[in-house]
Amino acid sequence: MSENKQHIIIIGGGPAGLEAASKLGSAGYRVTLFEKEEQTGGKLRTWYKLYPGFRLAEEVQDFLANEIKINVPEIFSNAEVVNIIPDNKYHTVVLADGRSFIADAVLIATGFELFKGEKKEEYGYRIYDNVITSADLEKKLRLGQPLTTANGQTPARIGLIHCVGSRDKKVGNVYCSRLCCITGVKQAIEIKHHLPKAEVFNFYMDMRMFGQNFEELYIEAQQKWGITFIRGRVSEVAENIDGSLQLKAEDTLSGRPIKMNFDLVVLLVGMVPADRTEAIGKSANLGFTSGSFLASADAQIKPNETNTPGIFVTGTCKEPLSVGETLSDARSAAVRIISWLREKREIN
Amino acid sequence: MKEWGYSILKGRQIDFENNDFSISRFVELHEPSFSWCIGCGSCTATCSAAKFTDFNPRKVNLLIQRGEIKGIEDEIAKCMLCGKCQLVCPRGINTRNVVQNIKRAISKSYAL
Repeated sequence: MSENKQHIIIIGGGPAGLEAASKLGSAGYRVTLFEKEEQTGGKLRTWYKLYPGFRLAEEVQDFLANEIKINVPEIFSNAEVVNIIPDNKYHTVVLADGRSFIADAVLIATGFELFKGEKKEEYGYRIYDNVITSADLEKKLRLGQPLTTANGQTPARIGLIHCVGSRDKKVGNVYCSRLCCITGVKQAIEIKHHLPKAEVFNFYMDMRMFGQNFEELYIEAQQKWGITFIRGRVSEVAENIDGSLQLKAEDTLSGRPIKMNFDLVVLLVGMVPADRTEAIGKSANLGFTSGSFLASADAQIKPNETNTPGIFVTGTCKEPLSVGETLSDARSAAVRIISWLREKREIN
Repeated sequence: MKEWGYSILKGRQIDFENNDFSISRFVELHEPSFSWCIGCGSCTATCSAAKFTDFNPRKVNLLIQRGEIKGIEDEIAKCMLCGKCQLVCPRGINTRNVVQNIKRAISKSYAL
């Protein structure tokens, strides 16, 4: 059996890649996973708690690590894939160090990067010390650092800006990153957990509370935690002499411009495809979405297939997804790869 | 100066730092559902007063929360307390009690 085992290569060892690897491994396939970093786990390693239930990201990391222990795939870390050479029978995956590997099927799970906050210059990220991103806030919370302003003061008023790098043609991203809304609600509540006396304001264009218990968490943010939501896209952030920040927006529900002072501003940065996704996708002749994510062959019935047979996609290299959605998508990809490999074996 | 015919327009910007939140705080204390509004506009859509005047209960609620209370007494007087807004509010805001508390906050005998 082991001699003629079909071989699957997975590119990317984040939640999507790990979950698909363990599912394919438990189904008896030979699985090789390439991770560009030292450790697997992806962005989950940098996040503190997950919405909507505030469970520790670490618990999901442990779940994935345990699964991998049971269904041992071959994992190569510090292994950056540069391209795929597709062929009718076998696909070749080439690493940055020149090594190449052959597989019956390839699953791309290269994930996402966060939008670089400094590209939205008018918000002053990396210009003003008291402007941070949602990822910076997660890091502080995960490391147990106190939530303070740059000079160590306890912030009395904190603002969260939604849609940074999303739904914005000016930065080239017309799509919605979906998850920043609920992240904004979650982080606003977490700020209140740590600083009950702080005033917290979220500036949003729409609140897209699509997931299970998301709207409930939004209601909780207003009713239990007293968080204020102001509808309007922030136009600019400017620094006052004392280091606090003046923020300008239109309060669109009153039809009037508004200016307010904040001690700390958090940018809810959107998701963009990981750097190497474009090159890998092009090498395998794959299609792309308007946001340069990898396109599925069909949104409804072929979510994990591409227009190149034997090359599959899963997770946030396709579209912005939550951790739960990513794991579901990875399982869906695993099931489809298994059925596709069976068909392939029968044909040969 | 009077003959000159020019004056400086007062800005339309909501100046949050210098606004008056006394009514907002009073209403929130006595009727917490005041701040649960998501601005859907159902209240204004069904409001009998809004049908015939420029009264806008959604906007009145919002402006008080932003500390913009100029002319609030005349505005809130347009409400007839019919309670239709309360029947349609998707967030379950006790709108009639909100209006009553706005009036209490305005009247000197009750204010803070």
